[in-house]
Amino acid sequence: MSDAARHEALIDALGAELTPVRRLLPPWRRALGWLAVVAVIAVALFVRYGAGTMLHRWEAAPDLGVAACGAVLTAITGALASFMLAVPGRSVKWAWLPVPSAVLWIGASGLGCLRAHIPGMPVLNMHAANDCLVFIITFSIPLSGLLIWLLRRACPLRPVLTAVTVGLASAAASASLLEICHNFDAAATDLFMHAVAVAIVIGANALMGGRLLSKV
Amino acid sequence: MAAAQAGDQRAYTRVLNDSVALIRAVARRQGVAVDALDDVVQETLLTVHRVRHTFDPSRSYDAWLSAIAARRAIDLLRSHGRREHREVHDEFAMDTHADREDASTGTLRQQEAERLRKAIETLPPGQREAVEQLGLKERSLAEAAERTGRNTGALKVNLHRALKTLRDRLHGES
Repeated sequence: MSDAARHEALIDALGAELTPVRRLLPPWRRALGWLAVVAVIAVALFVRYGAGTMLHRWEAAPDLGVAACGAVLTAITGALASFMLAVPGRSVKWAWLPVPSAVLWIGASGLGCLRAHIPGMPVLNMHAANDCLVFIITFSIPLSGLLIWLLRRACPLRPVLTAVTVGLASAAASASLLEICHNFDAAATDLFMHAVAVAIVIGANALMGGRLLSKV
Repeated sequence: MAAAQAGDQRAYTRVLNDSVALIRAVARRQGVAVDALDDVVQETLLTVHRVRHTFDPSRSYDAWLSAIAARRAIDLLRSHGRREHREVHDEFAMDTHADREDASTGTLRQQEAERLRKAIETLPPGQREAVEQLGLKERSLAEAAERTGRNTGALKVNLHRALKTLRDRLHGES
């Protein structure tokens, strides 16, 4: 069979089994769906812990508030970038979208190390720092899983890059949620643990999420 | 393509036929050899079919198609690269130690047949049926369609997919 005939045969066969399809929603609307789930968890945590501790920390140390805003923005832009990258033909430059907010998040958190201790708040010990690590990873697993599941309906042609933005979005969302119930002053050990947790989440996503997405 | 998403077969076959030239051009630009361009066309057409719901009619069809074609071209280049890396090109060895029929050849063939049989068994039912009817029993499309109750189009697609799956699996193992 010549190549032209081979293509024609395949096209005829594909035409014969054509069924109407439901078009994918625009990336920003799909991102909103995932962010809505994060928002529901945030509301549940606010109901349980209240906003008092969080606001007290931010008042005493505005840089923590800036870092939290950076984390929230990173979750939003990371999710949007993931859904954009999952649609063929969209520019790869979308991967840069979460970078400025991630710099703000990580930069402001890092500045916390240089700041004086917040009066009246316990300084984090190693044991509690481990809790932060566990919290971020525990929340990131279902959030990444959900994001990957949603992305699999699209067609991520750059699976590993998409998985990295997935990891960044879920780690940022988990760090934002942690902020609500985090009743410690941010010390160097704490920030180090946050950094480790974020690195683990992004690394695990790049390794496993990339594979899951490349099967699409 | 927007009409195809709604189920218009004529619009679909037309847009796919018109896409072949662009797919070839994109693959060529990625550095795919001329004799492998048609493999990229086939793989791209199958991907387009699978992910046709991701096309947004308010955006460029060419950009959407080019992105898929470029990806499939890169996949092909990578798989060729891997295969060439594994295969040994040693003409001297070929001359001095040419294959001879010996006891192990028969066993080897048997093992290969066994591997193929097992791989066919693990195919999804529709694909397995297509291979059995069209490939192993050498029935015509019409005969196979009559026996299985499927239309010929579905059988062709199933056979194509089955061959791709088998190729991937057997290459992956060797």
